[in-house]
This record gives sequence, C-alpha cells and structure tokens, in this order.
Amino acid sequence: MTDTTTFGVAFEQVLIRRKARTAIAVIGNPNSGKSTLFNRLTGLRQSTGNYPGVTVEKHVGTAQLPGSAVELIDLPGIYCLSEQSADERIAVDVVLGRIANTAKPSGLLVVVDATHLYQGLYLLEQLLELSVPTVVAITMMDVAHANGISIDLAALSKRLGGIPVCEVVATTGKGFEQLKVALESLPHQPQRGLPESWPELSAAAQQLSDVSGGSVARVDIIQALLHPENPIAPQLQGLFQDNGVAKIREELFTGQPPQAEEARHRYLWARATLLEVQQHTPIIIRFSAKLTRWLNRPWPATSMFFVVMVMIFQAVFSWATPLMKKIEYLAAYAGLALTERLGENAFTSFLADGVIAGVGSVVVFLPQILILFLFIIILEDSGYLARAAFLMDRLMRAVGLSGQSVIPLLSSFACAVPAIMATRVIPDRRDRIATILAAPFMTCSARLPIYALLIAAFVPRQYLGMFNVQGLVLFGLYLLGIAGGLVTARLLKSSALRGPKPVFMLALPEFRWPNAQTVLIKLMDRVRVFLQRAGTVIFSVAVIVWFLAYYPRADISIEQESGLSSPPATGIPVAHTLNEAAALQMEQSWLGRIGRHVEPVFLPLGWDWRVSSAVIAGFPAREVVVAVMGTLYAVGSEADEVSLTRKLSSAKWPDGRAIFTMPMVLGLMVFYAWCLQCAATLATIRRETNSWRWPLFAWSYMTSLGYLGALVIYQTGTLLWP
Amino acid sequence: MTLADLKPGQSAHIKHIDTSKPGVIRLMVLGLIEGAVVRSEHAAIGGDPLEISLFGASISVRKQQAAFFEIVLEPLCD
Repeated sequence: MTDTTTFGVAFEQVLIRRKARTAIAVIGNPNSGKSTLFNRLTGLRQSTGNYPGVTVEKHVGTAQLPGSAVELIDLPGIYCLSEQSADERIAVDVVLGRIANTAKPSGLLVVVDATHLYQGLYLLEQLLELSVPTVVAITMMDVAHANGISIDLAALSKRLGGIPVCEVVATTGKGFEQLKVALESLPHQPQRGLPESWPELSAAAQQLSDVSGGSVARVDIIQALLHPENPIAPQLQGLFQDNGVAKIREELFTGQPPQAEEARHRYLWARATLLEVQQHTPIIIRFSAKLTRWLNRPWPATSMFFVVMVMIFQAVFSWATPLMKKIEYLAAYAGLALTERLGENAFTSFLADGVIAGVGSVVVFLPQILILFLFIIILEDSGYLARAAFLMDRLMRAVGLSGQSVIPLLSSFACAVPAIMATRVIPDRRDRIATILAAPFMTCSARLPIYALLIAAFVPRQYLGMFNVQGLVLFGLYLLGIAGGLVTARLLKSSALRGPKPVFMLALPEFRWPNAQTVLIKLMDRVRVFLQRAGTVIFSVAVIVWFLAYYPRADISIEQESGLSSPPATGIPVAHTLNEAAALQMEQSWLGRIGRHVEPVFLPLGWDWRVSSAVIAGFPAREVVVAVMGTLYAVGSEADEVSLTRKLSSAKWPDGRAIFTMPMVLGLMVFYAWCLQCAATLATIRRETNSWRWPLFAWSYMTSLGYLGALVIYQTGTLLWP
Repeated sequence: MTLADLKPGQSAHIKHIDTSKPGVIRLMVLGLIEGAVVRSEHAAIGGDPLEISLFGASISVRKQQAAFFEIVLEPLCD
C-alpha cells in the first residue's frame, strides 16, 4: 500500500467518524458468521481498542449506509445473557450498558445462523427485552438450503413483533443493500410490544420498571430476577425490597432454577416458531454430505484431526524457517554495515547489537506467528475448532482440562504468547489458568536452536534399530515438555485450582469455507496485538541484554579493538583477535560478572561461568543463548554451529575435565525444556490473568523444576558414568 | 433411559430433566428442554462426549451431564 492510499483511507475515516452518531452492537451466537458480516459492512474502516480493565479487544467500525454512517461494535459470540468466559462476559456487559466508557448501544444487529435458528431465536428473544431498535440478519441460508431447510422470513418477522429480518450472504454481498436500508431506519423503528416467548416474565419486569418510573430498564430487572445469586445493583435495591418480588419469583419460577425455567419457556416458543417459519424439503444426499458424515465418525475424525495438525506444523516450520534465516541474516548484515559506516563505538554497538538485533529478534518471530495464526483463524472460521475441541475432550479430561484447551496447547508448540491469548475462549476460569500455566512447557520454536546445537554437538549420530538417536533425543525433549505441561495442569487442577467440574458445552457448527476478507482482517489484528504485547517486551529485553554485555568496557580490549581500523583484508588472524577481545569483554561485563557470581549456584549442574552467563542472559528471552555462548567461547556471535561445537567439546575445567559431558548436556537440555525463559510469556500471563501472582508462580515453579531436573540428571549421570 | 444411553442414529424426546445437577442449566440454554426431540449423531472415540442434534443444530454433551436428561425413544423414522 502506498502512502497516498493510506492517507486516503484515513481521511475518509475521519469524515465518516464525524458523521457517525449512534453505535449499533453486532451480536449473535458463536460461529454465526457475525465477524464476516461486520467486516463486510465496515470494510477497512475499523479500529481496535480496549475495554477498561479486561484483555478483550474492542472492535469498532463504521458502516456507510445509503444516507448516513453508523458506528458498529463487533462483540464476541454468546448463547445467552448469563455467560461465563472473559470474551462472552464483555459481549453481555456491552449490550446491557455495564461498561464504563462505552455507551449502551442505541440499536442491535442480531446475527442468526439459519442452520442454528433454534439457538439463535433464544438469544434473540432475550435481546428483545432490551427494547432497543433491532434488526435481524440471517446468515448461512445457502447451507440451510443444502440441508433441505427453508425459512419464511416474512412469517419470522411477524413472530418477532415486526422487526426487520434480512437474509444476507456475506461471500457474495447478497442482501446487504436491504440490510443497510434496515439499519438506516433503525432510529425510527416503532415501539414494540413485549417479547412473546415468556410474556409473564416480561410483563412482571415491565410492571416493576413502570413502578421505578422507567429509571430501571426491563432487561435489568429481568437479569436481577433470573440471577438471585448475583448482588442486586444499588438502583434496584429499593425496588426489590418491597413490591412483592419474592412472590413474583415464586409465581414465575415455581421453585425451579430461574434460568432453567427461562430456557423452558423461551425454547418452547422457539420450537413453535420453528414449526411455523421453517419448511423441510426432501434433499438429495450428495457425495460431499456422505463424505462429511463418514469423516465425522469417531476414528476417521480423530485421525483427520492429527493429520490436520501435522500438516499445520509442517507448514509452520518448513515455510517459516527459510524466512527466519533470511531475517536473521539481514539483521546481522545491517548491524555489520552500520558498524562499518559509523565505526566501532558505544553508540554504534547500541544501534547494531541493541536496536537492530532487538528489532530483528521480534521480526524473526513474525513468519511462524503469521503462518500459525493464519491456520488457526482458518480453522476457527471454518467451524473446525469447535469440532477439534469435541474430539479431544476425552483426552484432555484425563488431565483435568476440557477439549477447549487443545488448540491453545498445540499453538504453544510454536509460541506460548499467542497460545495464552487463545485461552480466552475457555469459559471456566480455573481451566483457563491451568491451560495458561501448561502452555509455556510446550517446546516452542525458540527452544529449537539450543536443542539443535547441543544434539548435533554431543549426541552420537548413531542408529538404535531403525531410529536415529539424535532424532530420538529431540523427540524425548518434546515429550518432556508435554509431560511437564500436562502433569502441571493435573496437579493444579487437583490442588490450587480445584473446583466443581466445569461443563463442556459447545455447539458444533457446520463446516463451511472460510471467508478470505475475514481471515485477513483477523490475521492482521492478531499480529498487531502480538507485536504490541510481545514485540515491545522482546525488543526491550534485547536492549537490556546488550547493555549488560557491553558495559563496563574492558581496558584490555582497546588495544585489540584498534585492530578494526586496519583493513579487514588481513583475514583470519584479525577476526580471531576480535573474537577473543569480544570474549574478554563479555567476561568482565555485567553479564560475565553475574555469571561468575552465580556460578556456585549452577556448579551442582556441571555448568561453568560461561554456561551460567549464557543461561542468565537467556532468562528474559531464551533465543539469545546460542549467540551469547558463541561470544563467550570466542567464536563470535554469528558463529556457525561447527566452530561453536568444536569449541564446546574442547572446553575444560581448570583441572582438565571436560565441561560438556553427556550428563551435563542432557541436564542442560532438560533445564531448557522446563525453564520459563521468556519475558514476553510472563508479560502475557500477567495481562491475561490480570495479576502478578500467576506469572511469578509460573516463573519460580518452572525454574525450580528445570533446575531440579538438570541437577538429578547431572548428578546421577556423573555417578553412573564417571 | 437417559440421553447418555442414546446410540448413534437413534432419536428420542426428553421427558424429564434434573435441574439440580451441575451443568444441566448450561445445556438447557442450548435448547435441551423437556419435549425437545434429539438425535444422537456420532460420538468421539470412546463414546464420550456425544454429538446431539436438535432441530438440525449439533451440540456436544459429555456423558456425565447427559445422564441427567431422561428420555423416551422415538420410533425410527429414517
């Protein structure tokens, strides 16, 4: 995109913003095609903000109607107005006007999936209690037709008290003109009567609302009646003290749980409505339908799930790795070029090794994050995520979680940050926290370079039967991560996070082709959030590590550094001295000093001060470890694996014993598998759990676990193979 | 007989629901109420959770909760 077009869009946005007056909430069941509709209506005229105090992003866009413009708020999908997950609660709170700086919406655009009309009508009836102007958009009519279902829209509109009902096809844009006209006339919508599904409840609430002089809305009274467990809002207290509320409850609910009674009444109405407006036509079962049916059988479906996952991981690693190599090369090249241009000094080093390396270490994550997000969004948009949760529920129950934890946990094999963000869909708070704490155990891609280095250097290239030993060790490290995460979840769920078993409640949507525009907009949105949340942390960490390694300057290296001004054509000897100078500098830098100070702590693990320094440098971001080791062992931070490997194998203790023995290397890898060395993950946990408690716990727990693992392996290993 | 006993392909209508049990209300909110006609589609490996369809819409139900829904089998119609 060129600068002029960016400007054009921005300018247009400003004009439309000024015209927009009312905000309309776009709301519907999960997977109802709500976001696709929202994107189609608003196009690029969108912005994302935050709701106060919660992590859920606020999506606002402007829709250009024939004669005016209107602001739309896209809300997470819900089934009813008493929802549980962080995502869903926001939707309910926005609709009911409970959010501090967000005005109660002046109108509603309720999105109903034609194939899930039954559940859509339930939410719709609850929303009609709000008495605000409402338009209904029916999506997925084409899928319903294919299933032999047709819907009489005029009859439906009549059943709903005359509110407009529009059929839309988001992919082709069919029906959007009528929808826009309906949205435009929203403010002039005539007052409706009470919703028909539970007239006694509506009437009782309306009566109380009238007693309050209209100061309390009917829907708020209904919410208070239905949720006696919640504290009553102050403005309702007077109203609920007298006026026979106890008797009203008794008459309405007859001793049953209020929400169960509500479900009975409203769904009875929904069923009657379905019988009236929905016609079944005989369908010819096509091959594709037969295939889908077969694929939904237990074993084929589960095998398919694993095939899909393996393909995604293949794509993430095989497409992203070459790109990541290029980005690393570019960052290194830019740093070198800058140093050549500006000469060697503190400022240049800050720019080259701090800023450029920092930006590089953020950007290097982008290829795989983009690819991973792309696939997850495609799965989400096609309705497959719900099915994956369904298929994996039994397996996850064994560790006390539900199927909804599967996708976050799988995502964390690429990176824990998006995985932790993806836990928002988990309704149960305990399940969600257990998943968040299990996610950092999964072998993320930042662990791979150190695994690759140590395995290539110290694990024999042998075959054990038909298995490559090196491959087995890598596989074992993956298993170690999985075991660590699952056992942690299990332990937490039976101790600190013990509670009533949450219900696994999930609607299974029909499979459908994802919409390209929606996928792209969601992708950009998540990448932006990743850059904001994780990128800033990773960048700052890179600069801090640079500072610790660069200061204080060594006097000794000045002599050698002057060698830089001599032409680099002198070749290898100069490079050699430079690397040695860098190693000397690192040795007496803050980082080296910290390493020497903590050496006794890591001595029982068989680590010398160099390994300790590298591990310490890796605490904020584990991916720097290989580079720091390269510098410390005087092979240069851009050293290839072969030279670093040679150097590591010949590293000795003062008494001549080798440092990198097999037990030490295995212990180091176990430490890596379990230790939480990622400030971005900690920051994300802090944000998503809204407290410092969980990130602190995760960090201390995982670090101790990694230390203990390494200790046990090194000590027993050294005893058994001296 | 309860919803947990429904075999794939069988249809039934719900006769009685024990609303005092945990998680039952969450399922009622998805439309599992007395009188609703349900059909068991496929289950996951091991027969749990179940995929239950009602009015063409599928939902996932764990066996543990399904046992709180008493049902009466419908005669086979297809």
